Amino acid sequence: MSYIEIRDLKKTFEVHGRELEVLKGVDLDVEKGTIFGIIGFSGAGKSTLARCINRLENPDSGSVVVGDVDILQLNKRELLEQRKKIGMVFQNFNLFDSRTVYRNIAYPLEISGVSKSEIHDRVLETAEMVGLSDKLDAYPGGLSGGQKQRVGIARALVNKPDILISDEATSALDPQTTIQILDLLKEINEKSGITILMITHELEAIRYCCSQMAVLENGKFIEKGSVQSIFSNPTSRTGALFAKVLQEFQNISFSEGEGI
Amino acid sequence: MSLLDSSLWEVIKASFNPEIWKELIVPVGETLYMTVISSIIVLIFGMILGVVLTLTSPDGLLPKRVSYTTVGWLINVLRSLPQMVMIILMIPVARLIFGKSYGINACIIAIAASCIPMYARIVESALLEIDKGKIEAAKSIGSSNAQVFFKVIIPETLPAIIRGFTVAVIGVISMTALAGMFGAGGIGDIAVRFGYQRFQHDRLFACVYILVVLVQITQGIGNFISNRMLKTRNLI
Repeated sequence: MSYIEIRDLKKTFEVHGRELEVLKGVDLDVEKGTIFGIIGFSGAGKSTLARCINRLENPDSGSVVVGDVDILQLNKRELLEQRKKIGMVFQNFNLFDSRTVYRNIAYPLEISGVSKSEIHDRVLETAEMVGLSDKLDAYPGGLSGGQKQRVGIARALVNKPDILISDEATSALDPQTTIQILDLLKEINEKSGITILMITHELEAIRYCCSQMAVLENGKFIEKGSVQSIFSNPTSRTGALFAKVLQEFQNISFSEGEGI
Repeated sequence: MSLLDSSLWEVIKASFNPEIWKELIVPVGETLYMTVISSIIVLIFGMILGVVLTLTSPDGLLPKRVSYTTVGWLINVLRSLPQMVMIILMIPVARLIFGKSYGINACIIAIAASCIPMYARIVESALLEIDKGKIEAAKSIGSSNAQVFFKVIIPETLPAIIRGFTVAVIGVISMTALAGMFGAGGIGDIAVRFGYQRFQHDRLFACVYILVVLVQITQGIGNFISNRMLKTRNLI
């Protein structure tokens, strides 16, 4: 029984008067408690897919069911409540610069009208889980990339959501910090049993964390299955894709090395 | 003392004469009064218009073409009027509200009408400065539009809004000087009546000093507040 069930999801954007079909009928099943990896190149439609799950983007057709909730049938108020059960982490962290770490993590509780003392307890608990207990009074502007992402993760988790969507959460981080953040996500998954949807273009991240994965290309999944089987037994098309991914990786790490 | 019969140096020296400054106390008070009241009006209405413009813009939180276009058009029309024309235009309006078309209170209407559209545009550009990712993050957490606006957009852009308000207050100060020509009183009135019509350039100079200091203080306060905020947030 799958926890996230996406059927024939379609989304078309209008860009400069032209129609751009970003999702061309996507099907996806994610089991509860797993870390599911979605990989694809830029423009494959990964982020759009992620945004359709909490309806930051409204799909044109298809269905998205999380647990027993049909996301696309929710009215405005129900949608706001549902979003509180879907945490999201971003590549650029998207923290609130005007708030301290404490108040960033407290934000989701604040807007739900949770009492001050409960906010206090939950924030401390969550901050400890992500290893930020000593940074609560700092502002995001003074934190390193890894610390910022920890705040982002804490903010996404403080509401105790059922799903965590990680949209390129480690793509802006250096390799060492990436590993730390991935370890953190794995640990959270093991401890709380939260379902994590990991969207990335980093092959290594998927190999490190995920048990199941899917490859998105041009708005369609071209490969789905266990990470092991896809890595050991790629079909010719995905094989070619991986070759491209690995090549892209080398290019990226090379240029980064030069920059530093 | 006039530049027509005295040297520049003598006029400058004369401009520090305590007699002149004694006479300036009341006009300075009038200018400050006009500035403060007009600035508050500009702040309130400029914010409202700027916020409406941003919220109802096509990629805003509450896209509404009609109000976006109307408010944008209104602001453009008001901004295309030279300040002097605005003062003349507001004479009947002031008469309607205060029963007379001259004096400090009457001119406040003209000053506000001329500076509100400018501040509205400044507020708009300050609010648009926010990283769209932050809005998306707030929405993904389940924030309502009101929560996104009051708890995220306003606090995040507050330093820019304050810097913009400083610019608007300085605009108001220069408008009060201009309004002096139309019976508003204040420093502008002294500058015109004595400095221009009676060639008393020492008085004119004294007015200039006051205006320069007023503008410097305003800019200083604005910079101080907005920089302190940015420093607290570790952004500079």
